[in-house]
Amino acid sequence: MTKSRTLIRNKQTHGKFQWVNAAKSAVVYIILSITSLLCIFPFIWMILGATSASRDVSSGKLSIGLELINNFNKLNELIDLPRILANTAVLTICGTIVTLVVASLAGYGFEMYKTRTREKIYNLLLLTMMVPFAAMMIPLFRIFSAAKLLNNYVAIILPMAASIFVIFYFRQSTKTFSKELIQAARMDGLNELQAFFYIYLPTMKSTYAAASIIVFMSYWNSFLWPLIVLQSNDKKTITLAISSLASSYTPDYGVIMTAIIIATLPTMILFFAMQKQFVEGMLGSVK
Amino acid sequence: MKAHRSRGVVRYQNRSGWLFIGTGLVLTAIFSLYPVISSFILSFQTGKGAVYHFNGFGNIIRLFGDTVFRQALSNTFVYFIFQVPVMTVLALTIATLLNDPKLKFKGFFRTAIFLPCVTSLVAYSVLFKSMFSTEGLINKLLMNIHLISQPIPWILDPFWAKVLIIIALTWRWTGYNMIFYLSSLQNIDPSIYEAARIDGANKFKQFFYIILPLLKPIILFTTVMSTIGTLQLFDESFNITNGGPANATLSLSHYIYNVLFKFTPNFGYAATISFVIVFFVAILAILQFKMAGDKND
Repeated sequence: MTKSRTLIRNKQTHGKFQWVNAAKSAVVYIILSITSLLCIFPFIWMILGATSASRDVSSGKLSIGLELINNFNKLNELIDLPRILANTAVLTICGTIVTLVVASLAGYGFEMYKTRTREKIYNLLLLTMMVPFAAMMIPLFRIFSAAKLLNNYVAIILPMAASIFVIFYFRQSTKTFSKELIQAARMDGLNELQAFFYIYLPTMKSTYAAASIIVFMSYWNSFLWPLIVLQSNDKKTITLAISSLASSYTPDYGVIMTAIIIATLPTMILFFAMQKQFVEGMLGSVK
Repeated sequence: MKAHRSRGVVRYQNRSGWLFIGTGLVLTAIFSLYPVISSFILSFQTGKGAVYHFNGFGNIIRLFGDTVFRQALSNTFVYFIFQVPVMTVLALTIATLLNDPKLKFKGFFRTAIFLPCVTSLVAYSVLFKSMFSTEGLINKLLMNIHLISQPIPWILDPFWAKVLIIIALTWRWTGYNMIFYLSSLQNIDPSIYEAARIDGANKFKQFFYIILPLLKPIILFTTVMSTIGTLQLFDESFNITNGGPANATLSLSHYIYNVLFKFTPNFGYAATISFVIVFFVAILAILQFKMAGDKND
């Protein structure tokens, strides 16, 4: 067996084969390089754009300019940037915390205390994961307008905190959690909630990290629902600000690119700082 | 004695179970389950403001005569039919190339191709809008390399506007799908390739007869997710083209938004349109499961 394997390998690395292999791998590198360039290019464009005057961005000039400070100042004149960033941060941080608490408790509960009734409920919830948001949007809007909570971040956080996807994610991860640990904690006299907070939570740190990235992203980048719910300017988030800047009749793209960089920076930093957890969170439920 | 004790434990455990899922359950019941049911009921009603009355199949009949709806439906299907397969094939190809253990700069390629996923849908939509404007960068580049002699009206032409949305979607989501495939590929036991090689299967045969069947569940998962995503498309349609020109890129979700907030709001009719999306998501998901299941036998 080992002998035949080495024979095959030898055959591949001989003469003509070697040449063909070199050509093949060159093609692979070219394909991957072009794809990478295409993927990175809009980021370069964004950076160049933020340093250029609107006229140069609109005419597709690919060069670095000297307008960055100017664009930033103009952006500050057009929108209340500190306020908008503070809004987005408050919404994102509160939302992420609430969602993680609710979803991890539920995911843990569904997995650790299985009963037939709860399995049925769980399957029903999974089914609603297939229902597009558009179908829930209208009753949600009516609920919050009746509760006089439009223009309030509560109206964004509550529906998103009930994310079945995140509950699902935590349940899937809990499957790998050793139940003996909880059993041991019970023996030591911890009650169920204590066991969750003192044993489960510290053990599942990486799950929380991955989930928090995904949830963070979904709040920071959310658009359609905030567009509907947040009606006054002093509540607007950064995605709403970018969208309204870009939809004006004479959009100033230099300024807009500056705003886009500011909006993308937090998620970008998160990605490079925690790449492993970031990817894990994206893959999340599938594993 | 023992039975009695364990019954007590069971009851205690059962109560704890409800305790843990309680908040989540209340929230999902109010903000997921109730809206779905309420929306379904609403789809058979019509009215304005707060007063709604039963309308039978009136809304559904109205759908058939609504040319904007038909346009939005066909746009959404164009996105779905062209974008999802193109992206899936691209993502599979890239993942397969990246899975080569001898490949150098793998980390760089993977990070670069995944990078579009960190952008918000609004941010990348606006980026694409600026790159593809008629006097903009892409036209300039294409004209410089003499691929085209006149600028393409990406945003102003019904055909090219759809192409633009498809290009944008593909840029944003290919890396995302690629990561799923790559992680599945890495979970495949290397001895399987080894065995195939010994049996004389070349790279193509290996891909079609070994890798593809093993990846089937994950491909199914990603295509179902992409289907749901494409049918719900909103941010791109809203921010790149604003549904234009003349509704040529309007997505179903965007049309719902317009019915709700742009025209005189009719919640009932908007709910009916939203259930068209639910209907197609269900049909397409079942179809995809069926197709994947059949090949399994």
